[in-house]
Amino acid sequence: MPTVQLTVNGRPVSMTVEDRTLLVELLRDHLGLTGTHVGCDTSQCGACVVHLDGQAVKSCTVLAAQASGSSVTTIEGLATGDELHPVQAAFRDNHGLQCGFCTPGMIMSALDIIRRHGGRLDEATVRHELEGNICRCTGYHNIVKSVLDAAGRMKLSAAAE
Amino acid sequence: MGVEGIGASVVRKEDKRFITGKGHYTDDIRLHGMTYAHFVRSPHAHARVAGIDASAALKMPGVVAVLTGRQLVDDKIGNLICGWMIHSKDGSPMHMGAWPAMAPDTVRFVGQAVAVVIAETRNQARDAAEAVAVDYKELPAVSTIKAALAPGAPQLHPEAPGNIVYDWSIGDKAATDAAFAGAAHVVALELTNNRLIPNAMEPRSAIADYDAAEDHYTLHTTSQNPHVARLVLSAFYNIAPEHKLRVIAPDVGGGFGSKIYVYPEEMVALWAARKVQRPVKWTADRTESFLTDAHGRDHVSKAEMAFDANHRMLGLRVATLANFGAYMSLFSSAVPTYLYATLLSGQYVIPTIYAEVKGVYTNTTPVDAYRGAGRPEANYLLERLVETAARTLKVDPAELRRKNFITTFPYQTPVIMTYDTGDYHASLDAALKAIDYAGFPARKAAARKRGVLRGLGLSCYIEACGIAPSKAVGSLGAGVGLWESAEIRVNPVGTIEVLTGSHSHGQGHETTFAQVVAERLGIPIAQVSVVHGDTDKVQFGMGTYGSRSAAVGISAVIKAMEKMEAKARRIAAHQLEVAEDDIVIENGEFKVAGTDKKLAFASIALAAYTAHNLPEGMEPGLKETAFYDPSNFTFPAGAYAAEVEVDPATGRTTFVNFVAADDFGRLINPMIVEGQVHGGLAQGIGQALMEGAVYDGEGQLVTASYMDYTMPRAADLPSFDLRHTTTICPSNPAGVKGCGEAGAIGASAATVNAITDAIGNNRLEMPATPDRVWAAIHGNG
Ligand code: FES
Ligand code: FES
Repeated sequence: MPTVQLTVNGRPVSMTVEDRTLLVELLRDHLGLTGTHVGCDTSQCGACVVHLDGQAVKSCTVLAAQASGSSVTTIEGLATGDELHPVQAAFRDNHGLQCGFCTPGMIMSALDIIRRHGGRLDEATVRHELEGNICRCTGYHNIVKSVLDAAGRMKLSAAAE
Repeated sequence: MGVEGIGASVVRKEDKRFITGKGHYTDDIRLHGMTYAHFVRSPHAHARVAGIDASAALKMPGVVAVLTGRQLVDDKIGNLICGWMIHSKDGSPMHMGAWPAMAPDTVRFVGQAVAVVIAETRNQARDAAEAVAVDYKELPAVSTIKAALAPGAPQLHPEAPGNIVYDWSIGDKAATDAAFAGAAHVVALELTNNRLIPNAMEPRSAIADYDAAEDHYTLHTTSQNPHVARLVLSAFYNIAPEHKLRVIAPDVGGGFGSKIYVYPEEMVALWAARKVQRPVKWTADRTESFLTDAHGRDHVSKAEMAFDANHRMLGLRVATLANFGAYMSLFSSAVPTYLYATLLSGQYVIPTIYAEVKGVYTNTTPVDAYRGAGRPEANYLLERLVETAARTLKVDPAELRRKNFITTFPYQTPVIMTYDTGDYHASLDAALKAIDYAGFPARKAAARKRGVLRGLGLSCYIEACGIAPSKAVGSLGAGVGLWESAEIRVNPVGTIEVLTGSHSHGQGHETTFAQVVAERLGIPIAQVSVVHGDTDKVQFGMGTYGSRSAAVGISAVIKAMEKMEAKARRIAAHQLEVAEDDIVIENGEFKVAGTDKKLAFASIALAAYTAHNLPEGMEPGLKETAFYDPSNFTFPAGAYAAEVEVDPATGRTTFVNFVAADDFGRLINPMIVEGQVHGGLAQGIGQALMEGAVYDGEGQLVTASYMDYTMPRAADLPSFDLRHTTTICPSNPAGVKGCGEAGAIGASAATVNAITDAIGNNRLEMPATPDRVWAAIHGNG
């Protein structure tokens, strides 16, 4: 059984797990970080997206052992204290969620999309980039709005810095 | 309280926990000493279970128990029920086969459970389930309606000869036949309403806990209606009497109907928790969701419309075959009958209607209500037929609809329903204006020059929501009443808890219910919290489905508020020494009209609890309960217009525009209403373009994962253009009609009407995938 060493949301973690343990299982079952969800078994839905060393990955498709030595950010690690991350705030303000189940994965993917594209996001790009995230509630209309709004907010806050 | 009251697009109170990863879904819960269940499921669509050998599995690490269907039946756990009795034309009650929670002797669909392994970890349970040896004797299977009805077809249930559950009809056959005999034109259409798999993103999950000392059970489960679940588990499945069973439905990740029903896994988890004397958790993986969540739709229909020489509708004749799958799920029998055929009049004056529906068993997953439930099937049939008629009669489809619209209310249809109010011209006008209907021919011509096919399709839908007047549904065979309850608990400091039997699984009740209360008292919504989803907290309720939460659930809240306000008013009048009638409620204060005398609501609340100075004989406290039973269904209606482009080289459809003009009555939170419409539209468009359950001839579900079942993704859909027209609903105190299902009801017909208009071939079935559309363009659809 491998010992996995990770930094999760800034906190060092070391634990011994079964070989087959997935990163999402480590997060949910061992660390109690249940904000990351499991919506499928074929790596299609994106409910499980977290950031691994700053990049969006589907945590259902990464072995915990593979992630050893990396830094993981989950939805729980996004806000700074009581202050929401601009992507979180944009989802709330644009009604980008209903049941909330896809939402953590959507937000983590959205942040990754915004970072990768900088300021050059339009509706078609956002829709294309959300390919790996399924939402059954919102019809994506308000998710797309949220991502575009978040991109604008992040540009503004980057400019202010 | 304009900013947070009725009509304000307030951001949702519940969102903070969801966007920070602090949602509280069933699978997030871990109980001390919890074990994990994994089901052993049939790989065959139809087989006899000759034996189960669990000896190898029992020796595997961590295995606590292996339990079988035989043990379940021996322990007298009841069979699953169908709660709505339908009688066939000949008066005989429907023919229902027995459905035990795990099959003791015969399996009838792929995925049906025969045994369950309970182990220390999820993986140990899964591993051991692989080691359970089941001796299946395969039987011939039928996976389609046609195969099930063929002479000599394999029979599923001895109780249902010919695989027929019922042969039901509605309307006046003789009058309808006469209308057709005298018709100037008859337009006919055959169509399939494809089977869908609901796919709420949160897979179903259940955690059962048994407290031996108290002989008491707790079930955490993904339910849209925890009280109904408790009732059914107690009254029919012999799990425990209601006072010994608490059902909690915490945050639920979408339902769309699929989480209405009490499923075998919940029953087995409860039963197993007592057997192993430890909590038992089960969470579906996605493949299990595909195989065991109740599917939706699956009709094959023939429809004919009779017209006079002036293109006025004279009559409608429909024959529908409905696939129920292998067993009758909880509300399944009502879906293709009273939730379907009663809506066949649509928005039109049709003097006579006759519809026949045959319900059929097949070796497939059970089918039940899925977003819209019967009403999407009715609307798709009618609006495809009307569009077909316009093309056949060579008249403008909008004009043909206008000519036949119902314009006076109340309107009694020939199929039970009495529409209370509506303005169908207004919604059609709004949709046509938004899509620039007049400019369409020029756009079509311009597209043609670019080598693409452009089409415009309409769909004018109606639905019956606010489900439902208890006496009316009782007379039609429903086993329950469909009222709702609410309790208003005012705390001594003047904050309010609203307890409701409605359940939110994405609809935003914590916000909208609070808005209604805030509006009435003129207080901020932060002072109101909404409690739902726990049978220990809320006394009773019928839950959320059929777009009923606002029309029925909020109406119950209003009734309870009226009672609470009446008592508060008495206290205020007593303390201010004025007559009750002189008191007005404004900005959180009870004021004496025309004076500056007033009491803050919070001080009235405190007075109610200190009880130092109450009117003579008044009980202390400030808490009221109401049960609201609607007087009628509500009738949301609207007009959808889709404009598409089809690439003739690939058959691929893209949306240029999609307009939805809806009349939902009063809007409590327009932002939330629009979100509901967006989601519904996505599901309706998904049905039209890409979704569809596919079984092979042996009853194997070919589309059992997201690799094979096409879910609408962001790039498949357009941004939507939503419009609202409003006629206030006269049938409930909230004036609302319901908005949860409209999109799913109206969108599929608009989409297929647009594509068939683009390609100039009316023969096209859903899902209109590129290969089907390409074939239809080339004349062999
Ligand atoms: S759980 Fe669906 S992609 Fe990871
Ligand atoms: S909000 Fe429910 S699945 Fe996206």
